[in-house]
Amino acid sequence: MTTTTSPAKTSAPAIGSQVRDYFERVRGGDLGALPAVIGLVVLCVVFASLSPSFLSPINFANLFTQGAGVTIIAMGLVFVLLLGEIDLSAGFASGVCAAVMAVLLTNEGWPWYTAVLASMVTGVLIGLVLGALVAKLGIPSFVVTLAAFLAFQGVALILLDEGTNVSIRDETILAIANSNLSPLLGWVLLVAGVLLYAGIQLTQARRRTSRGLMADSMAVIAVRVGALAVIAGFAVYVLNLERSRNPAIISLTGVPIVVPVILVLLIVWTFVLRRTAYGRHVYAVGGNAEAARRAGINVDRIRISAFVICSFMASIGGIVAASRANSVDPNTGGSTVLLFAVGAAVIGGTSLFGGKGRVLDALLGGAVVAVVINGMGLMGYSASVKYIVTGAVLLLSAGVDALSRKRASSSGRR
Amino acid sequence: MSQAPVLELRGIDKSFGPVQVLHDVAFSVYPGEVTALVGDNGAGKSTLVKCIGGIHPMDSGEYFFEGEKVHVNGPRDAAAMGVEIVYQDLALCDNLDIVQNMFLGRERKSGLVLDEDTMEEMAAKTLAGLSVRTVKSLRQHVSSLSGGQRQTVAIAKAVLWNSKVVILDEPTAALGVAQTAQVLELVRRLADNGLAVVLISHNMNDVFAVSDRIAALYLGRMAAQVKTSEVTHSQIVELITAGRSGELGLPTGNGASA
Ligand SMILES: Nc1ncnc2c1ncn2[C@@H]1O[C@H](COP(=O)(O)OP(=O)(O)O)[C@@H](O)[C@H]1O
Ligand SMILES: [Mg+2]
Repeated sequence: MTTTTSPAKTSAPAIGSQVRDYFERVRGGDLGALPAVIGLVVLCVVFASLSPSFLSPINFANLFTQGAGVTIIAMGLVFVLLLGEIDLSAGFASGVCAAVMAVLLTNEGWPWYTAVLASMVTGVLIGLVLGALVAKLGIPSFVVTLAAFLAFQGVALILLDEGTNVSIRDETILAIANSNLSPLLGWVLLVAGVLLYAGIQLTQARRRTSRGLMADSMAVIAVRVGALAVIAGFAVYVLNLERSRNPAIISLTGVPIVVPVILVLLIVWTFVLRRTAYGRHVYAVGGNAEAARRAGINVDRIRISAFVICSFMASIGGIVAASRANSVDPNTGGSTVLLFAVGAAVIGGTSLFGGKGRVLDALLGGAVVAVVINGMGLMGYSASVKYIVTGAVLLLSAGVDALSRKRASSSGRR
Repeated sequence: MSQAPVLELRGIDKSFGPVQVLHDVAFSVYPGEVTALVGDNGAGKSTLVKCIGGIHPMDSGEYFFEGEKVHVNGPRDAAAMGVEIVYQDLALCDNLDIVQNMFLGRERKSGLVLDEDTMEEMAAKTLAGLSVRTVKSLRQHVSSLSGGQRQTVAIAKAVLWNSKVVILDEPTAALGVAQTAQVLELVRRLADNGLAVVLISHNMNDVFAVSDRIAALYLGRMAAQVKTSEVTHSQIVELITAGRSGELGLPTGNGASA
């Protein structure tokens, strides 16, 4: 705060100064995705050294399909968490939505697209009810969604005839979590994605420079695009390796279809949060609801919409989970799903206190959760140990969140 | 100064539940002038301002803007007329940056997408127009700003919109000497540019330094609205503490009990 340059008309900062800014932010308590990235690297190194099969192509592919459902639910939870609210019912909401789809698909013989649509509409309706109870009646979201947590288990039981297991035989639905893109399509999508990202970054920088605004330097953009290309390229390469135990009989290669599904959701919701007025208002309500109200923002509508998005994403998460399990039963979306989803968002850097978070956090945190579950499974730990460790990881990330908030307030960043 | 008031209130009543905070308040604000609104803690200054800004609905009374009777039903209505308020409890979002705060609720868009570049340019121009050069980057979060800088952002947010009336609720209460002087200078400059400015302050020196008129609230009633040049410090202090001073002020026997 010592420099007194005019706010506009500043040339592109050198990469060194951007790196310095970043470390300053981290020291000031704004850790962002740092814990998740470090955690991911450490966990991968540990599991890889303890269990040789962790790094096998088949296990790498498993990580994606295992973590997909939780990650998608976590993406929706980010919206609710951004407002400083919580949705404890998101797990069972996904179960109810999956049950709706399974019953319509298998018992009623609906085509897959109407069954999926009905499932998503169910999610939206659930979100409307939850959001209205929180925003209009002012019941704490903790209580509303805890009640829904219980009630949805009952609804799932009713839908599934007191507990039968409804299997899914529709090819399209099964493909989501069980089929792969062709290796060629994987590469094509990768190249297209990286080029698109580079194009957006470059045009943005050029536009800002031409208007005399501070823009990212070419070096920074090159580093970003390069990092994306290397990481995503490595992932596509490994996923395109043969991972069948018996390639002569059945070949198993390519990027699982859930991966592009998740990426599309990531891009869409990131766009909504970062590039639209609606997204800006979500952050504003989460940061200071009274300020948002005084700015003329309809705070109730933002609240309700966040719950709608959360439950809608839960329905997609439920569909993916059903696809992976090939069936829906009363425990779909139950057990640890919700805790893992909340954990994923928080581990990724989304704050439980509201106002801070990104959809990408859900992806990073979801990767951490998937690696923990998967790695411990490979090493043969029992469910008891997995529960305890995952609980500890959630507590740890919530602790990091609380501490960094404390640190931020003492360093004047909040 | 025979100018017509740009904003005029008549007979404003406002209660919170059983507590009546404003009684039959009249208040006028003139273009090109700084009107100081003074009164003891709890006199109802902030409440009056929030009624003007549409944050609180008024129970009864008339609201005139540029001579027309208007109905203000929310913050957007007030903003649409050109009435901007810098609230005592600063209405800034700590987790947003300076530009985002200045345009909050009124974002510039091109199609669906936020037009960040235009917003940043306009914010830069406004801050430069206010001769503010103390912020490092318009993209830093408001949480990292000092009290004076936050106050400056809040004021810049208010003048960004070609506003006609800018109301500042105790803008200098939390500031040091140098920052206070800067903000007061800014207040005077706004009025000299033709805006109607309302300044709420407890500091008599500040009030006499920048204001053209003084309105004194006493226990929710408007004790007097006078020209600054026609009164003394001690008269204003009496109006604030007793509701009357000589022939100025409320008639005797008209206290809070009414
Ligand atoms: N939202 C509210 N609900 C109930 N009482 C309020 C509210 N806002 C202000 N008051 C009361 O109204 C009175 C005037 O408050 P205020 O307008 O803040 O005074 P000032 O700004 O002059 O110090 C105080 O007694 C205060 O307690
Ligand atoms: Mg006040």
